[in-house]
Amino acid sequence: MQLTGEARGARTRCAAGLSPFTRTLVTLCALAAPALGGVLPEDRADVLWHVYKGGDITIQGPSVLVRKKVGDNLSLSANYYEDMISSASIDVKLSASPYHETRRQESLGADYLHGKSTYSAGFITSKEPDYKANTSYFAVSQDMFGDLTTVTLGYRRGWDRVYKDQRNSVTGQVEHVPLPSNNGLNQASADHRGYSLSLSQVLTRNAILGFNYELLTDQGYLANPYRQIRYLSPGHGQGFTPADQVYPNTRTSSAASAQLKYYLPYRAALTGKYRFFHDTWGILAHTVELDYAHPVGKHWTFDGSLRYYRQGAADFYSDLFPRANYQNFMARDRELAAFHSYTVGAGGSWQFAMPGVPSLGKNSINVRVDHLLVDYSDFRNALLAGTYGAGNEPLYELNANIFQVFVSIWF
Amino acid sequence: MKNRIAAITAVLAIALPALAGSGGGPAPQFTLTARDGRAVSLAQYHGQVVMINFWASWCGPCRQEMPLLDSIYRKYHKLGFTLLGVNVEPDSKAADDWLKDRPVSFPILYDKESKVSKLYDVAGMPSTVIIDRSGKLRTLHQGFKPGDENEYLDSIRSLIRE
Amino acid sequence: MRVSPGLPSVSLTVKLMRAAAAALLLAALAGCAAPTPWVKPYEREHFADPIMSFNRDPVSSTYLQHVFETREGARGATGSVGGGCGCN
Repeated sequence: MQLTGEARGARTRCAAGLSPFTRTLVTLCALAAPALGGVLPEDRADVLWHVYKGGDITIQGPSVLVRKKVGDNLSLSANYYEDMISSASIDVKLSASPYHETRRQESLGADYLHGKSTYSAGFITSKEPDYKANTSYFAVSQDMFGDLTTVTLGYRRGWDRVYKDQRNSVTGQVEHVPLPSNNGLNQASADHRGYSLSLSQVLTRNAILGFNYELLTDQGYLANPYRQIRYLSPGHGQGFTPADQVYPNTRTSSAASAQLKYYLPYRAALTGKYRFFHDTWGILAHTVELDYAHPVGKHWTFDGSLRYYRQGAADFYSDLFPRANYQNFMARDRELAAFHSYTVGAGGSWQFAMPGVPSLGKNSINVRVDHLLVDYSDFRNALLAGTYGAGNEPLYELNANIFQVFVSIWF
Repeated sequence: MKNRIAAITAVLAIALPALAGSGGGPAPQFTLTARDGRAVSLAQYHGQVVMINFWASWCGPCRQEMPLLDSIYRKYHKLGFTLLGVNVEPDSKAADDWLKDRPVSFPILYDKESKVSKLYDVAGMPSTVIIDRSGKLRTLHQGFKPGDENEYLDSIRSLIRE
Repeated sequence: MRVSPGLPSVSLTVKLMRAAAAALLLAALAGCAAPTPWVKPYEREHFADPIMSFNRDPVSSTYLQHVFETREGARGATGSVGGGCGCN
């Protein structure tokens, strides 16, 4: 802490007759800079088309975002998103038949700026034939210490309705059927609560650090109603018998991440990220990511990224249980398995200025491709049980390609 | 004990963020190179009301403010007022490119080594100081929100009349 | 508590009150900025560059986070708020 400026002398002079303790407090205040105010996000519109292709699933759709300031202190945003799913995944092939469905998601958000604080609130609603989710969130963000530091506190709440759909073999109609482990009921609910704390700190002229902590708790029906566990049953069918998954009805998870962004002198940005995750289901995960953004000339920017993700299995997960009702909680959902995942991504962006609209030429057309490889350590390809024997099938490996093309306009 | 409580209350009152502090004290002197290459010093303008605006091409509110500053300059520069736009960027290329698109009529000076920014203790972008005819620092304004130009006009009008 | 006569001493109560006052003041100061920023406002041009933004393309990063979150057990601390879904 430094004392600066005779210009601030007027304030410290009035403290001359006080004790050392009080004088220190007053000096701290004498350094008070006038309120500067944070900055609201800029007005923009983005239109994206996304495609995911892998593991015999194709999911594609649009995502449209519009953000506009209303007055000087309020910024409103709206997003429309769709996932059009065509699935014949390994899980679907094992226990169901290929399906098509569309998930639609709409969200609205508002950011209100008052001095150095930004108050944000929003609502997200997601609808698909067998799942309805509503989420609301609220956050407060505060700039401090000469605007070098920003602290954000967030809270979110989600309410979900879970169903299981099946095509009636008699009528041919798709209808809700009882969910497994749900006392024969057609409908279940899941509630979510989240608390987050983030901090962003300018370290030097060229480096900024971001830190994020998030605590999430879930309660209710948390299982995937379409997936099943299997247990060893020699002599029966393929050597195993499918059965309902049984999940705990609560889950609490904690995640902490750090992100460092560094500006390279020839104009490029290098980002390093790490995230640690653990939860009450026994899952432990590490995420490491490296990103590089390299502008070329006035119009082009190229991005590259590498992501490594490693996860340990949930306590109640197993690819093949030794027998029926082996333990009170059982799952074979591959999202809870032990695996390593590698993602390589590259993107290109072409920036242009709208003729007649003065801007810094930030409007852009962007293309991005990512390749995802997931290497499971304890999830096997059960479709090959006949050839290899239950429990000896090769470990499953997922390869997927993700493609994005989007246009961004600033106004 | 009572003294301590009184002191803490006084301190809390002082700590409330102030937007425009009254400076008092002579404005620090400086000489910088203008866009056209000639040397410009604050001393040249002694006797006039001088408004110094610290800006950068990468700062949104600064860019927003420029046309308003330009109209203030055009209106008052024949009445004993001048506006100096001090660009704080170490590399002036971005500022020059921007000024080609949006020219202004008041002098632009380059503070590439941040000497003047440090002299004036610039604590926010943009920052605007107004100096009276006798060379005293009278107003300090940080940041820019639409509507702030009215505060500038009030200060300028009263200082021109002095 | 015995106090030596003639020597000034500070009782525990006063010490605690000082600490509480300092804590309250620091909380109030959070709004008015205490230590002098070591990176001056006129030195922050790099952070205004879009490539240095934490979230340059929100539609794209939110989408990718959604892709990972639906296939992995981990969630949270990514900076983006996603809605729920029954994504398989």
